[in-house]
Amino acid sequence: MAAPAVKTDGAEAFLSAFPEPSGEASWAREARRRAVERFRQQGVPVRRDEYWKYTDPTGLTVLPAREAAVLDTDEAPVFDVLDSLKIVFVDGEFSAELSDDFSLENVEIERLEDVLKLDIHWARDLFGVLEGNGQTPVARPLAVLNTARATDGVVIRVTGKVAKPISLRYLHRSPSSDAQIRHLVKVEAGAEATILEAGPAAARFNNVMEIEVAPTASLHHVRAQGRDHERQAVTGLFARLGEESTFKSFTLSVNGRMTRNECVLEFTGDNAVAHVAGACAGDDDFHHDDTVFITHDGLNCESRQVFKKVLRSGATGVFQGKILVKEGAQKTDGYQISQGLLLDDDSNFLAKPELEIYADDVVCSHGSTCGAVDETSLFYLRSRGISRAAAEELLVLAFLDEAIVEIEDDVLADEIRDRLAGWLARRRA
Amino acid sequence: MLEIKNLHVKLEEEDKQILKGVDLKVEPGTVHAIMGPNGSGKSTLSYVLSGREGYEVTDGEASLEGEDLLDLEPEERAAAGLFLAFQYPVEIPGVGNMTFLRTAANAQRKARGEAELSAAEFLRLIRERAKELDIDAEMLKRPVNVGFSGGEKKRNEILQMAVLEPKMCILDETDSGLDVDAMKLVAQGVNALRAEDRSFLVITHYQRLLDHIKPDVVHIMANGRIVQSGGPELALEVENNGYADILKSVA
Repeated sequence: MAAPAVKTDGAEAFLSAFPEPSGEASWAREARRRAVERFRQQGVPVRRDEYWKYTDPTGLTVLPAREAAVLDTDEAPVFDVLDSLKIVFVDGEFSAELSDDFSLENVEIERLEDVLKLDIHWARDLFGVLEGNGQTPVARPLAVLNTARATDGVVIRVTGKVAKPISLRYLHRSPSSDAQIRHLVKVEAGAEATILEAGPAAARFNNVMEIEVAPTASLHHVRAQGRDHERQAVTGLFARLGEESTFKSFTLSVNGRMTRNECVLEFTGDNAVAHVAGACAGDDDFHHDDTVFITHDGLNCESRQVFKKVLRSGATGVFQGKILVKEGAQKTDGYQISQGLLLDDDSNFLAKPELEIYADDVVCSHGSTCGAVDETSLFYLRSRGISRAAAEELLVLAFLDEAIVEIEDDVLADEIRDRLAGWLARRRA
Repeated sequence: MLEIKNLHVKLEEEDKQILKGVDLKVEPGTVHAIMGPNGSGKSTLSYVLSGREGYEVTDGEASLEGEDLLDLEPEERAAAGLFLAFQYPVEIPGVGNMTFLRTAANAQRKARGEAELSAAEFLRLIRERAKELDIDAEMLKRPVNVGFSGGEKKRNEILQMAVLEPKMCILDETDSGLDVDAMKLVAQGVNALRAEDRSFLVITHYQRLLDHIKPDVVHIMANGRIVQSGGPELALEVENNGYADILKSVA
């Protein structure tokens, strides 16, 4: 069935607005062509789509993108406390000048535009492939658009244990930037790496990362999305997890007008582990959506989702999380919790937890709660001399901490805690 | 130190009068005990003094060193020197005990215009105080009261008192849920804090705690009023004869 005109017209507008890349290898051209075809079929998302029921995608689909003022801040970039290999993008464009040299032991890093001109088989097996697999049962057109048009990004192949994190830093300088970035990551068997992402990137940011975690490999991903108040972002993490692999991803979002973080994971081998967590806090027209889809297609795999949202003065938090356990995926251990902390009566938290299970020997649980700050705890803290605002802040941090503890590296977790505490204190001032 | 005059309090949510004219004067450096049967209003008195929501003062006044308490926010009362050791200390997952105590200590100092304690100074202070109460480093690191036994929770209350150094300490049934050894430890902690410029109001059902924390004055509370006051011997009388005789004699 053809998509309605409003959807297909929107798709055509994007395909015209973003030029078709040139000079790429035939496999890349073919992947792009198929993506264009998918995008035309699906059209841009609209509010009437079931998958966008709680999040109005208009801001993500309107052309040109709405402007977003660049946040004026003198604080050091997130993750600066750590020694890392920095790769910097300014309004979505790679900056060689601001980036470190790519050479680092046990990892090969290339720019996407270079790789798409070559015949690198593992990149060919990922680019547009994991995204393509992630299009059923629900369409993710903005990720398809990314496959069709994104030209900048990096391709990372991890071959052993990497000594320091690879830090992708996204600077936002132009109030009208509309950026698309695409990364490909392959962690080879037994290898281990940490990838960090930080910054607002652009007024509007479409970021897709396709990740293959090979058997026994492990990838940690920690992300801090920029605090520019009007920025908008749609992100897609598409990961395929092999036997005995580990994947852990954590995202911190404070401010931003609109954020839709989609995470699509598939266990293809046995005994693998995946944890996805998110902590967010926002005010006013802040709209934050975590949409997660985890497919269990291996034996004895563990998935865990922990999402926490603190919402104030009209902010909206959305969580759509699904665990699909395929037939034969016995001994699956799936866990999902999403919680909203509403600091006033004007804010909203909308959650849609789903389980779909076709195996009979599994443990799957999910929970979702929404509530206000606990008055008894608040009084206890205040009775010790802590002001109402500071006490509330302590409780907010405590609430979010249940997601932050999902970060395995204590240094990274503490960096996230420090930033969050600083931002909340600043917001109070 | 603490002066309460004709205090009348009702529940905010329902038309129920709990305190019906409490008069009490606690002199600096003294320990007062309030005893009384269930439902007499003892805990309500402690909550109203510390500023808990849900109560409405319909008449009377309460002041700490001449400063009207009832107009202050709970945190302002704390900074003024009031401390309530809770009957049921609250568990706060995610907030570390140390962070909590340091935030509280420094918030009070700041409110009083005093210099805040550095991390090192605070660490020294808390280690010293914790040791006296047999509280180990592990308990300090854990989230506030989470997973603490009944005894640990009460010791943690006394630790907070020792660190915050209030002028007026109210202990609301601190002995409830404690075994004899834990009670002795808590009593020792309280006794160590006794000072000329610090007063205590010990709310308890039983005389037992008063064997360890010797009161100067004992009050009997019933039906929202203090019906009798006397020396430590009054507590013994309660222990031996129950409240019935006393209540009959004042009726």
